[in-house]
Amino acid sequence: MPRLGPMRPALLRQVAIFVAVFVTMELLAVAGEKSFLLTQVTMSAYYTLVVLGLSLLMGYAGQISLGQAGFFAVGGYTSALLTTWDLSAQRSVGWVAGAARVGLLITRTDAFGAQVLTVHPWPALVCALVLTMTVAFVVGIPVLKLKGHYLAMATLGLGTIVYSIAVGTARLGAADGISGVPPFPFLPGIGVGGSTGARIVNYYVACGILAAVMLLLQNLVHSRVGRALRAIHGAEDAASAMGVDTPYFKVRTFVLGAALAGLAGVLLTHFNGAIGPSEASIMKSVKYLAIVAVGGMGSLWGTLAASMVLNFLSLRGYFGTLDDAVFGAILIVVMLFAPQGILAIDLRRALRLLRPVRGAPVDPR
Amino acid sequence: MSLAFFIQYLVAGITYGTIYAVVGMGFNIIYNTTGIINFAQGEFVMLGGMVAVSLHPHLPLPAAIAGAVLVTMAVGALIELIFIHWLSKPTVLRMIIVTIGISILIREAALLVWGHDVRVLPYFTGNEISSISLGGALISPQVIWAVAVCAVMVMLTTAFFQWTMLGRQMRACASNRVGAAVCGLPIRNLVTLSFALSAGMGALAGCVVCPITYTQYGMGTGLAIKGFTVAILGGLGNSLGAVAAGLLLGIVESFTVSALPAAYKDTVSIAILLGVLFLRPSGLFGAGAATRA
Amino acid sequence: MTKAMTASLALLASALLAPQALAQDTIKVGAILAVTGPASFLGSPEAKTLEMMVADINAKGGIGGKKVVLIIKDSGASSEKAISFAKQLIEEEKVLAIIGPSTSGETMAIKALAEESKTPLLSCAAAEVIVNPVASYVFKTPQKDSQAVIRIFQQMKKMGITKIGVLSSNTGFGKAGKDQIEKLAAEHGIQIVVSEVYDSKATDLTAEVTKIKAANVQAIVNWSIEPAQAIVIKNARQLGLTIPIFQSHGFGNIGYVKAAGVAAEGVIFPAGRLLIAEELPASNPQKKVLVSYKNEYETKYKEDVSTFGGHAYDAMLLFTEAVKKGGNDRAKVRAELEGLKGVVGTAGIFNMSPTDHNGLGLEAFEMLTVKDGRFVPLAQ
Repeated sequence: MPRLGPMRPALLRQVAIFVAVFVTMELLAVAGEKSFLLTQVTMSAYYTLVVLGLSLLMGYAGQISLGQAGFFAVGGYTSALLTTWDLSAQRSVGWVAGAARVGLLITRTDAFGAQVLTVHPWPALVCALVLTMTVAFVVGIPVLKLKGHYLAMATLGLGTIVYSIAVGTARLGAADGISGVPPFPFLPGIGVGGSTGARIVNYYVACGILAAVMLLLQNLVHSRVGRALRAIHGAEDAASAMGVDTPYFKVRTFVLGAALAGLAGVLLTHFNGAIGPSEASIMKSVKYLAIVAVGGMGSLWGTLAASMVLNFLSLRGYFGTLDDAVFGAILIVVMLFAPQGILAIDLRRALRLLRPVRGAPVDPR
Repeated sequence: MSLAFFIQYLVAGITYGTIYAVVGMGFNIIYNTTGIINFAQGEFVMLGGMVAVSLHPHLPLPAAIAGAVLVTMAVGALIELIFIHWLSKPTVLRMIIVTIGISILIREAALLVWGHDVRVLPYFTGNEISSISLGGALISPQVIWAVAVCAVMVMLTTAFFQWTMLGRQMRACASNRVGAAVCGLPIRNLVTLSFALSAGMGALAGCVVCPITYTQYGMGTGLAIKGFTVAILGGLGNSLGAVAAGLLLGIVESFTVSALPAAYKDTVSIAILLGVLFLRPSGLFGAGAATRA
Repeated sequence: MTKAMTASLALLASALLAPQALAQDTIKVGAILAVTGPASFLGSPEAKTLEMMVADINAKGGIGGKKVVLIIKDSGASSEKAISFAKQLIEEEKVLAIIGPSTSGETMAIKALAEESKTPLLSCAAAEVIVNPVASYVFKTPQKDSQAVIRIFQQMKKMGITKIGVLSSNTGFGKAGKDQIEKLAAEHGIQIVVSEVYDSKATDLTAEVTKIKAANVQAIVNWSIEPAQAIVIKNARQLGLTIPIFQSHGFGNIGYVKAAGVAAEGVIFPAGRLLIAEELPASNPQKKVLVSYKNEYETKYKEDVSTFGGHAYDAMLLFTEAVKKGGNDRAKVRAELEGLKGVVGTAGIFNMSPTDHNGLGLEAFEMLTVKDGRFVPLAQ
């Protein structure tokens, strides 16, 4: 766990702006009787966690990953499986009874009125995160030794394996996924779930988690760890020669990104009440990539903004049947014209190029 | 397992493997010239089949296939000219992302033009139920066509890159772009040519494989993944390696099906890919360093 | 950072402040369909069918004098989008009912949501779990998988078949069929010797079919709704298997017959009568509906009609009938839906009840086969 840097005044100011913006959105929505929009904002906030992890990995550690959706799915499916797997039939078995007594297992009523004995969402969350991080660690060590195409292919392969396991395993619902996932009891009285009444509460929970993660990442980026990552991104061999433990930092960033994706997976699955194999698909990983590209790799605020906007529009069906095509076009346009991200385009400098030229003509090449 | 069934699984494996190999080889031309893996290669395969099916009612089959190859070559060259030609320093990361974006756009455009229906080309010889006996096992004549096309492609590409001037120029581009430019090679044109050739190969692969499977706007992605699994397994840039790796993968998949539930066929092949990447990233038959950026 | 926040705030504010469409005197119906993506062969004909029907209804003056407004959302077969759109349609657009989704996975993801928000849901997906256990607001229009399986087993009995090999695709439809086959085999005297699941995106399935061949069965059941089922048929015949091949009602698309070519001759499967509309005797109660749908769809969209689009037709039909009696009220429409009897649709004649939210029985199926590249009724 990296040592947290001192809270800088600039950071506090950013936090204040963040809080102000999100509170304003909520008040506007409620005042305009459009509080239903908060649902999609909440979902976007959770997807932003995934993208922030990817932004860190790509922007600071310079590692491409086409498998981020796989970690989201590992987290989400683990939690969904554990909180919906009815163990009533095994009630008398030793460890089941013991776990139930301790509170790890709870009896609840499912959506159809039947009594089921399932794992409590909190231990399920812990299991999900542990599993996600373990997979990331185990796979990360060999994968991050690769570069370029091979790294892309390896992460793609990872995402594909998760997808094929999700689709091929009957216990995970196969192609239908898992539904009937209960709400997540975040705090007494506050649950992460999809019911209409809890919408505003859920909105603030999501924003709160997002703010906390942003704080954590900002501290990370401005600390020794962040400088090490930037050194690796800039020139890996030079950094290694200077004594930066390159593999250690790369794997740590990879695992952190996976953990964030897994956390998002758990929370969003409880919010939605269901998860399907589409969350592990390659297209999802590509969309995360597109969002990081737009926001600027390594620019945390840029990525956050891009993610909130693009996910919000996509979840509302704004792009209609052209949803995939839009993200494809974004990828191309951003990579060709603004590889640092759209928000990094300096408008003033760009406009200066349009001024009439005086003096001798310059060779355009 | 009886000998007849063993041979049948082997034949099934060769069928799978040839499909993968013939797609996988298409990657090598662009890779040998630019060092880029073109993630849109699968869409070229799809386009070949789709265009051929569209032309077939008006032309005899060989002409339709030739037409499809030409059209797809034009598309490939066009894509290079619009998206890649004027980039001065394409980094690997950028190119991966750009080609992913291009593959999505081609797929969506195909959906717009042809809709979601599946289409098939007629079998080159025989029909959907004809088969040839091979030591007790039965094989469709179209698979033999695919193997033949594969063999011809390997011979032509290897000969092209090893012995022709143009081929050597293209290899020079990949190994040292600046050096090649200094030597006076028309780099940008060579890159455009490489895209056109890769697209053409992909289209031919699509046409020969179409009767066995079918063609549909979304076929590209799945084929591309299998294709570059095979290209990497065989060592990037090595056409013969890609074919050998393809056949090997196909046979492994086939025997996996015979022993395990068929549902895990894909998991096994991706696990093999990951294993090779971890242990010997330059591929089973490759020689270069896989840690080249 | 300020730039970023300003940009996003501006965009979101514009969404928030955009004027909402006035809820006039219209009947709003929402549809969540997989128009693009891996299930587009379901969602695309369904969307086209709905648009066609709504245009017709409005041309005749709407339902009870009110125009029908159709809002189609493309979920691309992903359950998180289905959930997001469902919430949007229910709370924001305040639709009277939702038609769709196209796939079972998406339907199960929003089943509880529809029930909680008391919005009638007319699913076009096939899984039995959608209406079993019954949720009062959730209905489905495709025939029951279990009954398709029973019809197949009945036919097998006539042909003296007892040992079968099962191939099913790795999608929701394939899995649901496989479950029903395994559940009902014993009581119908059928023994499943081998059962394999294949990838719906496979390019060739010779190895899987070889495994079936090695098991020496008397017939193959191939349960899938995707194009890969045509490959199974081709491979089976190429491997020299002459045993009967039974398909599911997911074969109901002439494109699959074309994809399988000569190999499809003699394939047996249960399906709605839409595929043989012209061959039906004039006395058949469904003929009029089927022929008019088929002609209108094929003229307007220049593509062959499929039973998948028919499920959307039936959903819209049931919705219209219920609204005629119940008006613009969700609870009343639900009650009317539950009481519908004798409604002639494309998949069959619907008789709903509080315990049966599908309304179709064994007679909804007709056993069909393929002859000379066309669907024809199976000679009994």
